[in-house]
Amino acid sequence: MKECPKLVELGRRQFLRGGAVAAAGAAAVSVVAPTPARAAVPAARVDYPANRLANIKDLKVNEPMQVNYPDIDSPGVLIKLGAPVDGGAGPDRDIVAYSTMCPHKGYPLSYNAADKTLNCPGHFSRFDCEKEGQQVWGHATQNLPMFRLTVDGAGDIHAVGVDELIYGRTRNVLNEDAVSLRRG
Amino acid sequence: MTYKSGTDQLPIPPKDAKVQNVTCDFCIVGCGYKAISWPVDRQGGPKPDENAFGEDLTQQQGAESAAWYNPSMYNVVRQDGKLVHLIIRPDKECEVNAGLNSVRGGRMGETRYSDQTGTMTARLGQPMVWRYSQMMPTSWDDSLSLVADVTRRVIEEMGEDGVIVSAFDHGGAAGGYENTWGTGKLYFDALKIKNIRIHNRPAYNSEVHASRDMGVGELNNSYEDAELADTIFVVGANPLENQTNYFLAHWVPNLRGETLDKKKQMLASEPHAAAKVIIVDPRRTVSVNACETVAGKDNVLHLAINPGTDLVLLNALLTEVVNKGWQAKNFITQHTSGFDEAVKANRISVEDAAAVTGLRSEDIRKAAQWIAEPKAGGTPRRTMLAYEKGLIWGNDNYRSNAAMVNLALATWNVGREGTGCVRLGGHQEGYVRPSDAHVGRPAAYVDQLLISGQGGIHHNWATDHFKSTLNAEEFRRVYRRRTNLVKEAMDSVPYGDREAQLEQIVAAVKRGGLFSVNVDILPTQMGEAAHVWLPAATAGEMNLTSMNGERRLRLTERYMDPPGAALPDALIAARMANALEASFRRVGNETYANKFKGKFDWKTEEDAFMDGYNQHAEGGKFVTYERLRAMGTNGVQEPVVGFENGKLIGTKRLYADAKFKTDDGRAKFMKTEWRGLQVAGRDQQKEKYAFLINNGRNNLIWQNAFYDVHTPFVRERNPVAPIEMNPGDMEKLGLKAGDLVEVYNDVGSTQAMVYPTPSAKPGQAFMLFIAPTGQVGNVISKGTNEFMIPNYKNVWANIRRIGHVPSADAMSFKSIEYPKGL
Ligand code: SF4
Ligand code: FES
Repeated sequence: MKECPKLVELGRRQFLRGGAVAAAGAAAVSVVAPTPARAAVPAARVDYPANRLANIKDLKVNEPMQVNYPDIDSPGVLIKLGAPVDGGAGPDRDIVAYSTMCPHKGYPLSYNAADKTLNCPGHFSRFDCEKEGQQVWGHATQNLPMFRLTVDGAGDIHAVGVDELIYGRTRNVLNEDAVSLRRG
Repeated sequence: MTYKSGTDQLPIPPKDAKVQNVTCDFCIVGCGYKAISWPVDRQGGPKPDENAFGEDLTQQQGAESAAWYNPSMYNVVRQDGKLVHLIIRPDKECEVNAGLNSVRGGRMGETRYSDQTGTMTARLGQPMVWRYSQMMPTSWDDSLSLVADVTRRVIEEMGEDGVIVSAFDHGGAAGGYENTWGTGKLYFDALKIKNIRIHNRPAYNSEVHASRDMGVGELNNSYEDAELADTIFVVGANPLENQTNYFLAHWVPNLRGETLDKKKQMLASEPHAAAKVIIVDPRRTVSVNACETVAGKDNVLHLAINPGTDLVLLNALLTEVVNKGWQAKNFITQHTSGFDEAVKANRISVEDAAAVTGLRSEDIRKAAQWIAEPKAGGTPRRTMLAYEKGLIWGNDNYRSNAAMVNLALATWNVGREGTGCVRLGGHQEGYVRPSDAHVGRPAAYVDQLLISGQGGIHHNWATDHFKSTLNAEEFRRVYRRRTNLVKEAMDSVPYGDREAQLEQIVAAVKRGGLFSVNVDILPTQMGEAAHVWLPAATAGEMNLTSMNGERRLRLTERYMDPPGAALPDALIAARMANALEASFRRVGNETYANKFKGKFDWKTEEDAFMDGYNQHAEGGKFVTYERLRAMGTNGVQEPVVGFENGKLIGTKRLYADAKFKTDDGRAKFMKTEWRGLQVAGRDQQKEKYAFLINNGRNNLIWQNAFYDVHTPFVRERNPVAPIEMNPGDMEKLGLKAGDLVEVYNDVGSTQAMVYPTPSAKPGQAFMLFIAPTGQVGNVISKGTNEFMIPNYKNVWANIRRIGHVPSADAMSFKSIEYPKGL
């Protein structure tokens, strides 16, 4: 997929800004002054920032890299699986990214490199990183949210969307500013 | 492609959203939920003072947040005719589940009927009758008068034994005190129906006759006892998948040692440690895996027993306990009878038992020790003994059940904190009916009656024998043939000519035909053969009371409208009774008509509750809807013994006074001699076929998948029901993950999808029970025990490849076990 470079850049700036703000004080990240528009019936889907997560060169096969998307409070992993998969990005169609908050009760998932699954110490749920986060076994009533990725010519990997509701949110993008930035 | 809902935001309930009590529709655990609803054209906001949770929803919520709800918990439904948003989310305040949802209960929102979001639009909303060669919608009056007239004609010709009934007897959705009473009053009071069966087995019997005969009701402890036990001894159960939140919220904390403080505080005079657990199951389940993960391997003893030999193990444990002198001598003398005789009759050495069960002698000794060796200082150990379908539907139900209770009584592990001798349960319970004594014991084997051409009309309440019986192939074949005879007969005269219809139907019945009436919430496989469908409401579309596995009684409030004209089963039963009265009166049979007179005037399900539970259940007189509503999702544990200061007073555990349910108050020991595989032909089957076809439930699917077949998230994982197979066995048969196989033996054949399972023993396969796309009942022979309890479990068959499941390639076939060392 081709990505508008301007959006990518905006997304990147937004990502950096988010990080910087987080460093200054985590609570500040998601403080939102609700605009009057929020009271209206929400749009069918939220607008996502396009955030640079890494460059292909940074990834080693089957070694997860911690990322955050769409904002600093939403942890995830970026993995180069080493073999093409459905939903995989990049020239080898093998790069995937997932939320690592368990969609059951929000415990942090950990990666099992031996079988490429994300596993929950909370209540033993398992998600398959080679099958778009399909729950192999568990208590979540949805499959694992996957961050949609694009990779540009320079090998920069950007997250541009999320395909399921992220744990602990009623709205995947908490920070309204990110949305208005992208709209700009 | 893995299913994703594409939802990335959900409406927020405003501060003044309506909040109602819900108990999960599904399993025995009965987790507490709240239904939160508000008008469709309103919304709350993300700030704490703008939403029903008082939470700042602009922030990421932490783990176990009470404020998080997800797409599966949400829907748009009608409430008193008006559209509302609805969230059904687990209740943190409920002691049962402490805010946990399982993958089954957590999907109540999306399994509601909604024209707006398109979920469960398969629900039956209108009565339907067979006319002009298809099922056609009609009115309640028309459908019920047809049912009543045919029922009357059958009774005139054959007596009441010609009326064959299948009916739920449990709690939770499709059951509950209102509906068991409604149907019970119709069939056991107004009528005296003898040929009746239950939803999951072919007769009207108890799965735990033995325990009851010994004076020990099968649900005798509290979920808290699993937090207090020194040892949990489980036979034939897989609690992580079948009693999920009971296991997660009560067993796991004890296994992790997190309940030590509570133990020390409540039971101060004895030493305590984190619990040990013994699991008896031929199969290594995810329960075994989870126990090892949280308790460490040293505290988990998995006894992977030879299928069907539980009784030998239980007798050996009793023998070993007595040999060591670990039995509760005073308790046995003062509160039981028959101990010496039972010990003598059941005696078997550990070595002999090891030979039969395939277990190691030292493991049997270790189990005896963990169950009964007194703790330091000589205080008796507290062991909770639990069992479910592996024992109930395994070999020799009555004796195996009795052997379990023997062991519990010998060690006084019933009626004390941290103990109990309990079934873990499937559905919730909700039984209140007039006496069923006339049904007799053994009860009629209803499915065999139907196969042998008996009966003229079949009233079927929310059961689907096509999936949930044994000898299922023959049953389906005969049932279709018999009901088809009636369909053809009905087609031969105009529907509007009732007398001609009746004449044709009765003539067809005399030729071996069967008229079939199906009361259900959704179309079923057996319903395809029926002549009348009556649409039922489910929990939440009606007020419904049930109790869970610790006898916890709660009211699920009505939070939405049923689809179309659907009604609570209790009220359908009442209308059916009134229609029967009218039919008999019309033909001048006043005596018969008067059997129904004045008994079914209920206008609401609450009327049925007051007539049934309030008047007939133990302690029922204290209980009303209003009082239950006030008790919220925690409810009250039965039997209710009083009402004080605005609260119902319950009973935490049974037999705390060591007075048992026998004439003399003493619990009875039983002789439980081993007699091999009790059902005729199974030994030979075992010799002849290569695979044990063990079967049971899995985590994802509730019951016979009646909702799940309509849910893409589940369907994707079960395009065809899985069969777990050892990879070595797969290789020998040339099988790959996702291959479609035929399972076949001397009884019949069925299909399943291969799921490679490294932990499966060679030669032991495991199928999903009562699955819609491959019924294991096809290969299970019709034999039962002396009380008509089937042995569904100990079945052998061969396996061969017949193809590949087309959608299987999108599925993950990775191990379902939580990885070691993570
Ligand atoms: S454990 Fe049982 S009662 Fe609890 S949510 Fe799951 S299905 Fe419902
Ligand atoms: S939080 Fe992950 S399984 Fe419960």
